[in-house]
Amino acid sequence: MKTAERQFTTISGVPIEPLYGPEALSGVDLAAPGDFPYTRGIHRDMYRGKLWTMRQFSGFATPEETNRRYHYLLAQGQTGLSVAFDLPTLMGYDADHAMAQGEVGKCGAAISSLEDMEILFRGIPLGDVTVSMTINSPAAVLWAMYLAVAEQQGVDWARLSGTLQNDILKEYIAQKEYIFPPRPSMRLVTDTIEFGAQHVPRFNPISISGYHIREAGSTAVQELAFTLRDGLEYADWAIERGMAIDEFAPRLSFFFNAHSDFFEEIAKYRAARKIWATVMRDRYGAKSERSLKLRFHAQTAGCSLTWQQPYNNVVRTALQAMAAVLGGAQSLHTNSLDEAYALPSEHAVTIALRTQQVLAYESGVTATPDPLGGSYFLEKLTLETEAAANRYIRQIDEMGGMIAAIEAGFPQTEIADASYRYQREVESGERTVVGVNRFQSDDQPIELLQIDEGSARHQEQKLAALRARRDHNRVMKTLDALKRAAEGTENTMPYLVDAVRAYATLGEICDSLRVVFGTYQETTRL
Amino acid sequence: MQTPIRVLVAKPGLDGHDRGAKVIARALRDAGMEVIYTGLRQTPEMIVNAALQEDVQVIGLSILSGAHNAIVPRVLELLREHDMSDVKVILGGIVPDEDAEALKKQGVAAVFQPGASLDAIVQFIRTAVTV
Repeated sequence: MKTAERQFTTISGVPIEPLYGPEALSGVDLAAPGDFPYTRGIHRDMYRGKLWTMRQFSGFATPEETNRRYHYLLAQGQTGLSVAFDLPTLMGYDADHAMAQGEVGKCGAAISSLEDMEILFRGIPLGDVTVSMTINSPAAVLWAMYLAVAEQQGVDWARLSGTLQNDILKEYIAQKEYIFPPRPSMRLVTDTIEFGAQHVPRFNPISISGYHIREAGSTAVQELAFTLRDGLEYADWAIERGMAIDEFAPRLSFFFNAHSDFFEEIAKYRAARKIWATVMRDRYGAKSERSLKLRFHAQTAGCSLTWQQPYNNVVRTALQAMAAVLGGAQSLHTNSLDEAYALPSEHAVTIALRTQQVLAYESGVTATPDPLGGSYFLEKLTLETEAAANRYIRQIDEMGGMIAAIEAGFPQTEIADASYRYQREVESGERTVVGVNRFQSDDQPIELLQIDEGSARHQEQKLAALRARRDHNRVMKTLDALKRAAEGTENTMPYLVDAVRAYATLGEICDSLRVVFGTYQETTRL
Repeated sequence: MQTPIRVLVAKPGLDGHDRGAKVIARALRDAGMEVIYTGLRQTPEMIVNAALQEDVQVIGLSILSGAHNAIVPRVLELLREHDMSDVKVILGGIVPDEDAEALKKQGVAAVFQPGASLDAIVQFIRTAVTV
């Protein structure tokens, strides 16, 4: 193909000029890292002061097996934990529920009760390690279990540090693991934000997530815009609850994808910080610097990994991780080479962790903050990304906010259109995916982690024993109290903590809430 | 004009990752087929009932959670019970080779793994249904 005819665009379809020069810097705010609007980073010294947290998302089969993996990862130099729960847990079903059949332990650890949570963190001092939990619809319940385990370990809640994903809006938009309708779900999220501010002040009660939006096929701009607009929705609800912006905004954290288009991703993180700082100051009147600074976790793009020639995934992940680091991430997960097939094997997760360690200790990119700042191309792309995201944010404001937009199917349709467009481009050969639509060769077989039905049986047996052993009256009493709180306007967190302490199961607690809140079914759109 | 091929695209199990199902549904529709998409969290019973009521020739199942060995044989069993074994069942998602082979032996017409092209899926359905 002749160069003159060829269109150059980012992977999201943003056109790229033949050359960028000094004119690209007009209108660019080159405030130093650590200064408003933090485009160049939230700290003046960035990784010179402190490296990002290397936090591999991990969980599979039983809590016993996942606990062993955590001990292994910590021994290998990982600096934080990140819990993956299985689908029944994410959907608020116990391991012995009919809907859990075939799913127990497949996509994460199966946690049905406080007993499972105790096993998950056996031998791990919760006062010393930060823990992130990818749990959404039943986040308040799993957090209550975590707090109860900390209590048993004798750790004061004020010392606990970590992150609850707890972002329900992106579930309706993208990942679709929802239980209750949007409004009661938002009430539960607000309960955790309020409870956290009062009792667990070092814990991030929410990680507002673009990752899943991107994995569902969005563009970089859609990921950014929908995520930040979700953030504003949570802020509005917390303010409505009576909290002041600076009471809770410092604990709002973010989670973005690190996709394959190197510069587009770096521009996305820089634009994210600038938009958030500006909107927190100008729209909400935030005064605390900590409210203005957008902190984020990044994970390399699972959807970019290929089944064909899986070793190539190590290279993809390394480049994506480098983009996250050059974009100023506070913590990072690198995917394992086998993740187009299965949850990672110990061998594969070790390479993924080593990738971060090579970046941190060998590549030199950590030596100075925002080393790409001032690049003609990157600065221009940052401005364009910011402008395009702000257009979406205004559009959603005009629709009446994110819940109204979700009910109208707006973000869902935008994402489905983008993902179909991308797939068509791959299909036609306009987009090259190495090893898939070009440069094909025979695949090398790799060793995979297998999860058999033994995990499900083990979990079912433990649950049966627990149900027989616990104080039934106390369980019923705490569940009744929870229901009454849910029907009213009280914060549900103290009631959830009481219920899990009595060893009420996740399924029983969620069923109690289902009775009060109802369940959600989306209108299916193609 | 020929009657269009009717396809039920279904998402069984608890998995909410519907990107693939939606892309496939659109691609089949663009290829001239009539597509009914069930939406999320369908039990095998719901899927087979929908296939019966919609009188489809093909059921496309999308499963990314690893629950295929529990779900797909149940769908096949229900189809046999309803005397609907002529309905072709195709499966897409994260399905390891050995599981794919075993499921094909049980009656699945084809398994499409990550990276499969939309065109290959369209062509497969056209061939499988006209034969």
